[in-house]
Parts: sequence; C-alpha cells; structure tokens
Amino acid sequence: MSDAIAVAEQRIARSDERHEEDTKTIFGFWVYIMTDCVLFSALFATYAVLHNNTFGGPSGGDIFSAPYVLAETLVLLTSSFTCGLGILAARQKSKALTMLWFGITFLLGLTFLTLEIHEFRNLVHDGDSWRRSGFLSAFFTLVGTHGLHIATGLLWMSVLMTNVWKRGFTRKTLRQLNLLSMFWHFLDIVWIFIFTIVYMLGVAK
Amino acid sequence: MSNVFSSFLLGKLTLDSFKHDPVQTGGVVIMMLVPLAVAGLLFYTKRWKWLWREWLTTTNHKKIGVMYIIVATVMLLRGGIDVIMMRVQQATSVGSSQGFLSANHFQQIFSAHGTIMIFFVAMGFMFGLINLVVPLQIGSRDVAFPFMNASSFWLFTAGMLLVNFSLIVGDFSAAGWLAYPPLSELKFSPTVGVDYWIWSLQIAGIGSLMSGINFLVTIFRMRCPGMTFMKMPMFVWSVMGAMVLVAFAFPILTVTLALLALDRTLGMHFFTAGAGGNAMMYVNLIWAWGHPEVYILVLPAFGVFSEIVPTFSRKRLFGYTSMVWAIWTIVLLSFTVWLHHFFTMGAGADVNAVFGIATMIIAVPTGVKIFNWLFTMYRGRIHFASPMLWFMGFVFLFTMGGVAGVLMAVPAIDFQVHNSLFLVAHFHTMIVSGVLFGYFAGLTYWFPKYFGFKLNERLGKYAAWCWIVGFVLAFAPLYILGLMGATRRLDHYSASLGWQPLFIVAAIGAGIICIGVGLQVLQLLISILTRDWNRDLTGDPWNARTLEWSTALPPPFYNFAVLPVVHERDPFWATKHADKASGRPQYRPFYEPRNTSAPIFIGGFALAFGFAFVWHIWWLAAVALIGLVITVINRLGNDDVERLVSVHEIEKTEAELAARRQFA
Repeated sequence: MSDAIAVAEQRIARSDERHEEDTKTIFGFWVYIMTDCVLFSALFATYAVLHNNTFGGPSGGDIFSAPYVLAETLVLLTSSFTCGLGILAARQKSKALTMLWFGITFLLGLTFLTLEIHEFRNLVHDGDSWRRSGFLSAFFTLVGTHGLHIATGLLWMSVLMTNVWKRGFTRKTLRQLNLLSMFWHFLDIVWIFIFTIVYMLGVAK
Repeated sequence: MSNVFSSFLLGKLTLDSFKHDPVQTGGVVIMMLVPLAVAGLLFYTKRWKWLWREWLTTTNHKKIGVMYIIVATVMLLRGGIDVIMMRVQQATSVGSSQGFLSANHFQQIFSAHGTIMIFFVAMGFMFGLINLVVPLQIGSRDVAFPFMNASSFWLFTAGMLLVNFSLIVGDFSAAGWLAYPPLSELKFSPTVGVDYWIWSLQIAGIGSLMSGINFLVTIFRMRCPGMTFMKMPMFVWSVMGAMVLVAFAFPILTVTLALLALDRTLGMHFFTAGAGGNAMMYVNLIWAWGHPEVYILVLPAFGVFSEIVPTFSRKRLFGYTSMVWAIWTIVLLSFTVWLHHFFTMGAGADVNAVFGIATMIIAVPTGVKIFNWLFTMYRGRIHFASPMLWFMGFVFLFTMGGVAGVLMAVPAIDFQVHNSLFLVAHFHTMIVSGVLFGYFAGLTYWFPKYFGFKLNERLGKYAAWCWIVGFVLAFAPLYILGLMGATRRLDHYSASLGWQPLFIVAAIGAGIICIGVGLQVLQLLISILTRDWNRDLTGDPWNARTLEWSTALPPPFYNFAVLPVVHERDPFWATKHADKASGRPQYRPFYEPRNTSAPIFIGGFALAFGFAFVWHIWWLAAVALIGLVITVINRLGNDDVERLVSVHEIEKTEAELAARRQFA
C-alpha cells in the first residue's frame, strides 16, 4: 500500500518538474555559453592589440600555413556535422547510431587537436614559442584556449558515451547530449572566428 | 640530488617561506587562533558530525547563505585589522619616526585589505543575502542549480583560504588590490605574493561566475505563478541586474588573471615592459571587469534599501517602474565608463571627454533611485528601526561621495586628484556607505526571518551611529589630505607637510568604526543569549510587504508547503489586508536535492590546485586537477541525487511549525 503511494508520489513530483528541469538546464547552459563568448572576446581583443607586437620575431604571415589550417578547419566543421547527426540519432532513440556518430565526432575532434598540437610543437621547435613575443603569447593563448575547450569537450563526450552505453537514453543523458552538442557547435563558431581573424588575416598580410 | 628531489616535491617552497618579522608573526598567531578556537569548540561539544551533515554538505540555499555571511564576517574582522595597522602607521610614521611597519609589509597590508574587502567581504555578504532572500521572494523552493550553488560557495571559501595561507607561508602581493603590471610581473615582484593574489581571485571569481549564471536562471525560470517581471520585488530586480553584470564582467576577470599568470609562470609577454607586451592592455581589461564590479556590489545593496524603505515607511515603493529602468540603465552604462579609472594614462583629450561624460550620465539613474527612496518616505509613517538608520546614514554619505565622484569625472580635475587620498575617500564612501551599510541593513532586516528572533535594536542603533560618525571622522580628513596633495599608499611622509593632525583624526575615526564593529559583535552575542525572550511569534516582525514573510519563520527546508500564487506587487501586504483564505491546502510531493560532499571536494581540489600553482608544485597541481575532474565525472554519472519529499512529510513538518507557533 505505502509502496503504491510512494510510486504515485514519485510520478506526480516528476511530472511537476519535468518541463521545468529541462528548460532550466538548457537556459543555464545558454547563459554559460554567453559567458564563454565574453571570455573569448577578451582573448580576441588581446590578440587584436598585440598582433603586431612581434618584437623582431616572426609575424603571422611567416608562420601560418593556409592549407594546413584549412585542413584543421574542415576536420572540425565535419565533426560539427556528425555531432548533429548523433543528436538526430539520439532523438530517434537509436543507441548504436548515436554511439557511431559521436564516435566519429570524437575521432574528428581528436584529429583536430592532434593537428593543433603538431602545429604548436613545430613552432616551439623552431624557436617561435610563446616566450618569443607579445604576438606569439597572444596567439598561443587564444588558439590554445580553444584547444583546451575542445579537449574538455572530448573528455565530456567520452564520459557521456560511457553513461549512454551503460544506462541508455534517460532524461539525464539526453539532456547532457543536447548540452554537449550546443557546446560543440559553439566551439565550431569560435574556430571560424579564429580561422578568419588569426589565420586568414595573418596570411593575407 | 636531494635539491632536485625537494624542488620536485615542494616546488619553490622552503623552510624560509615560513619565516616572518615579529609583526607578521603576530598576525599569523591571531589568524591561527580563530580556526583553532572553533575546532576546539567543535571537539568539546562533539559537533563535528553535525557540522558535516547539516552544514558543510548542504545544498540548501538558506544554509549556504548563512555560511557565506559567516565567512564574510570573519573576513571583515581580518580586513579591519589591516585597517587599524594602516591607520596607526600613517598617523605615526612622520619625519624621523618610521612607524611600526616596514614599507614592504605596509604594501602587502593595503593590497590584502582591498582584495579581502571587495572579494571576500562585500561579495560574501552579497551572495549570502542573495542566497537567503531571492528564492523566498520569488516563491521558490531553492535556486535553479543547488549543487552548483554549493560548489560556488566552496570555491569562494577556497579563494578566501588561499589569501589567508599567504600569511603563514610566503607573502602576499605588494602590488595593490588590482596588481598593475609591470610592477606585478615576475621581474619586479619575484616572490609568490602576486601568485597568491592571482589564484585566490581566480578561484573565487569562477565561483562568482557560476553563482551569476545560477541566479539568472533562478530569477528567469523559478518565479512562482503570477509573478511577472513587473511584479517582482525590487531586490530581485537589483539582483537580476547585478547577475547580468556578473555574467558579462567576470569572464573578463578570468582572462585577465589567466594572462597575468601566464606571464608569470610560462614567461609570456602580455603585459611585460619588453618583448612586445602591453601593460595598458591589462589596465583596460581589469577595469572592464572592475567598473561593472562596483555596480555588481552596489545594485543588490540598492535593492535592500528598496525593500527596507517602503516597509519602514508603511508605503509602497515610489516610482517602481522608474526604479527598474534606473537599474537597467546602470547595467548598460556601467560597461561604458571604465576608462575614468585611468584618465591620466594618455588616452587623449577626446577619449577622456567621452568617458568623462558617460561617467556623469551614470550618476543620473543613481540619483533617480535616491529620489525615489526619499519620495517613498515622504508622507509615510516612518519607523526609525535600525535598518532605517543604516539607510539614513547611507543617503547622507553616499550622496556626498557620489558628488565627489561626479567631480572626478571631469578629466581635468581628475588629473589633480588621481591616485590621491581624495580618490581613496571617494571610493570608500561609495563602498562602505553604499555597499556595506546596505548589507548591514539587510542582515538586520532579514535576520529574524531565518533565526526566529530579532537582533538587539538598541545595540544595533549604537553600532550604526558609531559607523556613521566614525566614517565621517575617518574619511573627511582624507578628502582634505587628497586635495592637499597626499597620494594614496604612503607609508611615510615628511613632518613639514603638516598632514599628521589630519591623519590622527582619521585614525580616531577608524577607532570609532572599530567600536561600531565591536558593538555589532556584542549585538549578535547578546541577541543569541537572550533569544528566548525575543522570539518573534507573529511571523512578521517588521510589518513587511513581500512574499518571503508569508511563510513560516524560520522557514522549513522547502520554504513553501504550497507554492504561492501572486496577483500584485506587494503580495504579503495584500493578503494581510484581505480576508483570510480558508480550506485545507493541497500539498503536492516534490524532489529535494540530497546533501552531497562533492562541492566541498571541488573547493578542496581547487584550493590545492591554486596552492600548487603558487609554489610551482606540479605533481600536486596534476593530482588536484585529476581529483577535480573525477569528482565532476562522478557527479555526472550519479542518478541518485534527489530525495522525494512526500505529502506525509510536508503535513508533518507543517503541523510541527503550527505547534511551535502555538506553544512558543
């Protein structure tokens, strides 16, 4: 008898908060993304101020390779696309397809990160590290912060995939998947700005 | 070999880091006595388990609010000790007498004073009050993200602990409360002081940012049915404005501190004097955060006054709509005036003029608010309870400080008084009489709501008078000294300048403020001791107007047994003057977040991470980071984070509350 009441009460309490819980979290995540936008704008502003302060070191035109960055960009843009496909699969409650698309997204993200680390390592190897000039400090920090976000996203993705694997599509995992995809698309957009402002304008000079 | 080993194990930390001069050692002993006394008391009363279960692992907004206020109060006392030392030094260090502080120690004291008072006192009181009041005022059971709320608190506390560690191990920043480069760069500040400053603010700042997001969502999504935006209490409006500012301004602080840390730890060149760094970039960035920060602190204090003045005037707030517009005008304009903090740094006449005019314009909405409060009092039945006394002190002092601010908004005048004691007096008038008086008033006003008894009114009034009179005595001389050419942060000056009498008056003023603080401590103790005689049985000790007073006093953990429905602006006032509704309330079960120790671990790991970066103990940084990540991952994978509160439990709690009202 009391068990039956408890079950009924759980259902009432859940149905009372169902809608509220999701909108709260998603709205909160939008606000977070906005704060992250401000964070990146401060870094972009710093880069804009320091990008000519090469102090006798290389300028953007000397160290950026347009084809290489284009490859990076295409990898990341594709990962955004596969992430979208993953969300569509999750909406259809297809566990295998979701795992597949997010698996591909993960690999593409990892490729992007590897390419970026490779670029950084070559620069440091050639003596053009962040210690060289104000311009290089700003470059490494802006691009590196984006890379750090990507790395966080990859970690989150792997944890979430484990949870989906173990538990399937609960309200919590579905909500988390939505947040993750918002995060991933946001990083894509930030990258487009980095691609344009840092790399393209740097090469064009 | 052992050198390599110890530098791996301990980084830059050596036995010498613990050595201090006698004055500093005295400070260490005093600071150590407080936690030791608390720990001893807990062992004596066998309350450790209780403390852990009921408080440290809580996710309830009311308890978190109380903990914020406790931390802020302790830090107010610490910042106050700094004040006494500075005032005594400046009153005595004249001519051949060097005072009792070394120049370096004096610099650390004023840096710590500013840092602590802004980040750990003002912000602490602010988030404490917001936590206590906002969910009740909007008719909600908790904040939007209780777990994140607890994490914010523990990050705030971790930052606070890191500042105080600097007393014991190493030193604190001697570069002022905003640590301008190139002085704060490694070359000119080679010790760990600036790193302590960076990491304590970074950790506490991220906590504040999380709180900002949390309360924005709370106010947007968790208002009770019927409470449209234009029916929200003015305190909630003010908090909303302040939290928008937090969300836009604090990421800039995060970046600025991170860039300075990168300069100092990885040898980057953002703000260095050479190698293509740009120190002015730092000054712009820090004030792009710092100016909105001023309004982040003062807007909720304005909100407190907007609740207190109508209550104690027995009238509704005058000009509600204009108040709302004033808040949002301030929010917008607060991002357009940052350059007035450095008119003298060569931006040129045109730029200075733009920012000067913007600064004068921002005084207008603030003036609107002042007039609205005064018009609310006009023809009201004013009750001069102690919250109202704080308000009167505020209006008087804040208006004068504001006028001094408009004066300095003229760049030509600012060139004369920039970095002088005139400026110091101005911003203390704004922060002390604006922010601190507001929060003292709010704490007095809402104290009975959460503890069931009022604070002693007589002692409260004495304390307020000490603060007001002491403040005038302490800062009027600084305005005059500033105009006479005394720059800020002086640890010594020539006797021939004739400044000493004014510095002595200022020291006396600071002493009177100290008496005020002492009276406040006494007020708290006496009120607790005599609480059984002062219990409030009405549930409405001040004859108030807003929703938070409509629930039991102190409120149960769920605030409202039935979520209220609101039809007008001062709902509680309206129900008091309407016929009582009858009928048995229909309770509905709901989920309550469980207590969890994860937030305290997050705070602990963040503290270890900050400490590791200060001392370059890289293995500890790695361990702390991994610990932090694992804690968060565990939380993501944990589905058992809520507890069902059944109808039966609500009925039982409500019956207990009713019995307590009857038999008290």
